[in-house]
This record gives sequence, C-alpha cells and structure tokens, in this order.
Amino acid sequence: MNKECCCENEKIEKLNKVIEEYINVEGALIPVLHEAQEIFGYLPMAVQKQIADGLNISLAEVYGVVTFYSAFTIYPKGQYQINVCLGTACYVKGANDILDQFKKILKVEVGQNTEDHKFSLNACRCVGACGLAPVVTVNEDVYGKLVADDVKGILEKYKD
Amino acid sequence: MSKVNITIDGIKMQVPSDYSVLEAAKEMGVDIPTLCYLKGINEIGACRMCLVEIKQARGLQASCVYPVSEGLDIITNSEAIRKARKATLELILSNHDRSCLTCDRNNSCELQAISDKLNIRELKYEGEKTSYLLDDISHSIVRDNNKCILCRRCISMCKNIQTVGVIDATERGFHSNISSPFDLSLGEVPCISCGQCINVCPVGALREKDDTAHVWEAINDKTKHVVVQTAPAVRVAIGEEFGFPIGTGCTKNMVGALRRLGFDKVFDTDTAADLTIMEEGTELLQRIQNGGKLPLITSCSPGWITFCEYNFPDFLENLSTCKSPQQMFGAILKSYYAKKAGIDPKDMVVVSIMPCTAKKSECKRHEMGLDGIADVDYVLTTRELAKMIKEAGIDFKNVSSEHYDDPMGDASGAGVIFGATGGVMEAAIRTVYEIVTGDALEDLNVTAVRGIEGIKEAEVVIGDLVLKAAVASGTGNARKLMEMVQSGEKEYHFIEIMACPGGCVNGGGQPIQPSSVRSKIDLRAERAKAIYSEDMRLSLRKSHENETVKKMYAEFLGEPCGHMSHELLHTHYTAKEKYPMK
Repeated sequence: MNKECCCENEKIEKLNKVIEEYINVEGALIPVLHEAQEIFGYLPMAVQKQIADGLNISLAEVYGVVTFYSAFTIYPKGQYQINVCLGTACYVKGANDILDQFKKILKVEVGQNTEDHKFSLNACRCVGACGLAPVVTVNEDVYGKLVADDVKGILEKYKD
Repeated sequence: MSKVNITIDGIKMQVPSDYSVLEAAKEMGVDIPTLCYLKGINEIGACRMCLVEIKQARGLQASCVYPVSEGLDIITNSEAIRKARKATLELILSNHDRSCLTCDRNNSCELQAISDKLNIRELKYEGEKTSYLLDDISHSIVRDNNKCILCRRCISMCKNIQTVGVIDATERGFHSNISSPFDLSLGEVPCISCGQCINVCPVGALREKDDTAHVWEAINDKTKHVVVQTAPAVRVAIGEEFGFPIGTGCTKNMVGALRRLGFDKVFDTDTAADLTIMEEGTELLQRIQNGGKLPLITSCSPGWITFCEYNFPDFLENLSTCKSPQQMFGAILKSYYAKKAGIDPKDMVVVSIMPCTAKKSECKRHEMGLDGIADVDYVLTTRELAKMIKEAGIDFKNVSSEHYDDPMGDASGAGVIFGATGGVMEAAIRTVYEIVTGDALEDLNVTAVRGIEGIKEAEVVIGDLVLKAAVASGTGNARKLMEMVQSGEKEYHFIEIMACPGGCVNGGGQPIQPSSVRSKIDLRAERAKAIYSEDMRLSLRKSHENETVKKMYAEFLGEPCGHMSHELLHTHYTAKEKYPMK
C-alpha cells in the first residue's frame, strides 16, 4: 500500500513537471494529455483536475478534449492491450468472428477491461499487415492468419 | 472606421470594414437566418444556417464569420442556398425532441421560428436519435439535452463571458453533447446558477427549475398567509412577456396582477434594499473607521457569492456580511411583520419574484433562516410569474394599476436602482455621504457608476475621505477586477459586484429575447433606463429617509449592524472546493 502511494506521488510530481514545461505554450493541452496518459496509463478525474488547474483552463474543457479524441481514455487500461484489426482486409477474412470470440471468452465489450485488469479489448483500423489478415496484436506481439479457435490459445500465453 | 464597397444581391453598398457579411446584409434589410449566432457572444459559424454565396470564394460560406472586404460580391438567395439551409435544418430537426406543445420555449423558440420561416412542412430524415437523461438536480437550472441543438451559445456565455466554465462540448460526432465534466449534474459542479446560459439558449435545452406548482399550492392553502415580494428589475422587464416594448416600467400592472393571483400581501423588495443600504453603509463606515477588512464587497448577488466562494476564497472576509435584500426581507417578514400582523411565521409563506435563477439556490442555503424556518420559501423568476399570470387568464395590459401593500411596500428610488449595475454603489453613496457629512448631496445622480461597461471606477469626496469605489458586472469582469485587487494593482474601499452582465436587469430569470432582437437592442441599457426613470419619478430617493425602514429600527431592530440585525440580517460564507474528490 505504502509503495503504491509513493509511486502515485511520483507520478503526480512527474505530471507537474510536464505541466511546468508547457505552461506558456499555446495549444499545450493535447501534448500534456498525451504525456499524462503515458505516466498514469489513463486520465481519471484527479489527473484531469491537475492538468486543468496547472494550465489554468476549465475542467470542462479538458474533459471535452479527452472525450473527443479516441486516443485518450478515462478508464484504466488492462496489462495487455488486445487490438483486433477491423480494417478491410481483416474484416473480409473474418475478423468479426475473432472479435466475438474474444468478447465471449473475456466477457467484455469493445473498449472495456476484464475485471482483473489483465486485458483490454479494442477494435482498431488497419495495422498495415494485410498480408497476415486477419490480424490481432497483444501489446507488441502480432498474430496473423487467425481463425476464431486460435483465440483461446493466444490468451493462454498471457495467463501469468 | 474605414469603409469598403461590396455588392449584396446585385445592390452596391458601402459598409464599415470590420463588418461581417451577415451584419452588412442586415443593414441592407436582408434577413439571413441564423441559429448559433449571438452578437458579441457566439460568432463561430457552427450551425451553417447563414450560408451565402460569395463570388470570390468557393462553395457556400457562413456569413456570420465571413469578413467583408473591398469588392466582395455576395448572393444571399439562390436555389442552392435555400436547399443547403433547408437540408441542414432538417438534419438538426431529425435529432431534436420535437415536443413543442409542452416545451417551456413553445412560441419563444428560435428553432421553431426558423423552421416556420424556412417553410419546413415535412421531415424527410427519420434517423437514429440520441437520448439523454434530464438533469434537474440543481435548485436553479434544468438541462434537457434532448432539446439541445449544439449551437454552443451556452458554452460561450459560461466559459468566455462569465469565466465559470462548467459546461463544454464533449464526445464527438453523433454523440457530441454539451455537458459538465464526467457527466456531473449542474448541481454538482462549480456552477454559480446565474442562468445566463438559459437566456442565450435558442431552444428549450436550458430552463429554470419550475417552482410555480409550489406557489399555486401555497396560494390555494387557506391556512397559509402568502406574502410576495418583487425585486426592482422585475418591474422593468415583465412587460416584455405581454407585448410591452423593451424597457417599459410596469410596476403598477404587476402589483395588480399579483393581487389577482391571490397573494395575501404584495410587498416591494426595494424596501429591503433600503434596509440593506442602512446595514451595508454602516458596515462600510465601521470598517473604514475601525481599520476593518477593505475593500468591502457587496453581497446582494448570490451568483457572485458562489463565484467568490469557489474562485476567490481569500476574499470571503471582504464580502459584506449583509444578506441579500430578498433574504433580509424574508427574515423581517417572518419576524417583525409576523409579530405586527399577529401571524405565526410557521403559517407564513414568503414568495420572491426575482430576475434571477441563483436566488432559487440562495434561499435553500441553510444559513438563510432562523430556527429551522427559511427566510424565503419559494423564488419565482420573472418568466415564471408571467406564466402564472397567463395561466390565470389575467389581462396584464389592462389589469388595474395598484400600489404595494403597507406597511412594507414603501421604498426609495435608491432601492429601485439596485436592479442595474452600479445601483447599489449609487444608493450607498447617497446615504453614506449624508450620514458622514450631515449635508444633503447636491446631485443624487452618481453618473460615474452608471452605464453598461463591465468595470467602472469612481472617486467620491465624502468629508475628509476620498472614497475609492469600483463596480463590476458579469463574473468575467468581476474576475478581472478581483485579480487587479489581488495583485495590488488597484486599491478600493468599496466594490459592487453583480454576477450578470449589466446587473439584475439582465438576470438569468428575465424574459428571453431572441438573437435577432439582441443584435439590435442592448437589453441591459434599455431596461436600466426604465430603472433610472422610476428612480427619478419618486420623491423619496434616499434609503435613510425611508420611513418604513426608520420605523423598523425604532420598533424592532435597534440600530444598523446591532445585535438584532446580526441575528436576522447578516450571514457568513464558506470556501468551496471545485470538483471535490469523493
């Protein structure tokens, strides 16, 4: 508990430094949000408040920008980011079945995390590996030429 | 301003070079339809209703944000323009809750008006609809996003003019909506309840919390003694709801209508404004003489009080401890008047008619009462009163002209001018000058503090003292002024602040005028003129000469800022944290 608390304070300090760097820069909000998401993994109210106060803009404006761009999230992300490509090539090769299989096994919808925060399920546009369609990425790992039955095996690899 | 030559629909004309195409067209008598445009407040070209063809530009252009330039050739009416405007409007309507018959803005809706004007007789698009929960948690403001057309006028008002910034555009595309961060209610964010967002909303997405049902119920209850008080700014605006020109004083019609509605007594909040001057004037002199906290800042405007509690907590001790006139009056009615009239305060219902939505929240503050009895039970806006008058079938234009009831209906012109920015300052100067010097003030019109400028300053010589005063209206201007005081750039003895731009005459509870009217007429100036002419008509123009108030002190209160006053007429403030983490 103590360790986590310390770590949280370090993150807040880190974000303060970022804000300081950007305080007089025009259009600072988006780069600061990116860095904040790097630091915290997501942008909860406390973090958005810190940014709003630091840059002297309203929390409503910060929240407006955060919810506008899909790159930002206000919910914590899982340890493993599953991205199922729904680009044209993957789609015609049955990516939807693969996505459904992930939903079924993990019991989450797209954009959600599993209860243990292990996995986040996302759908994405073309990852540029159409030759391997349909493609799924888990963090840095790429899996190609998949069928729905492969999903279980992929998840097994991240059990621990 | 230099001029440029332009052509609109084949007609050559000269216009100032800082005009937009929309303004130029308006001057020529061409009425280009608009929805999101609100002069000086929201000029962003978002709604695409004001599209025109410009020979020098490709495609259709939004005229509200297109600046004129030498030789510009503009067409405002063509098949392409009419089609584009209509298609845009039909798309807006396709995702709009079209329950016009039961809408608060039925007959005063700009979307309804423009649909009629553009001759929309059928809706071609029946697509998906967004659905939002009604936000009615705040005591003052209700938000219904199902009616919202995303024009962003409320955001401009809240963020840029008032610098409150509790709402903004969130999400994107079809899911775009105007809301507070993290979908919090307006009742859970640092909203000051000023209601300026309501006044600029073209549709029924924002409205006040309706309290008319409670008031009807009280009137119907024969065991209750129902007393009504009316704020100064109400009388110069309510006429607009009944076809009088903007800036018509309708005090006597209003009093007559209130009696027909069934109120047992009709009193004037201006009496309490005079009382406020006695208390606040005394407080100012005491602070100056005893080295108390200066500048003293007025506390009549509950929107400003909430703004100060959230944004300038270090200045709470500078705020006058005086309750606002409506609260003072409620406290006096349920003590002094109740005793005199032989009525148990528990059987009394005090209703305030206010130009203000923040007053609805103010009367709910737990400090605003004694022994569990609230000073004021219900607050109605000017608009709500107009609704009750219409519902009761009272012919406002021809209702009998009547006077306020005795003994609390007696007020000075100083009380009346509370309704305009600078009015409290002027009223205070009239009284403080005479109390300090013992001489009569030569010119009662303190014109330096009049007018609609956001920040005004004045120096008044009062005996040995040069009183440095400042006046701000609109919380954006208040913020500027307070930052100057905070940094030491400016020093004052006395500051008057009203949350709404122009003061109470332009309050968030006043009749709503559409963008087309607001482009031509400055509501603040016109209504203020009526306030000052009401003051000029009265022979009693100084608070300290009000016999009713004098009697109140002699029979009940003792002296200004004395023990009894502190018990009933003064209050305290609490610093508030914005978005506290649970």
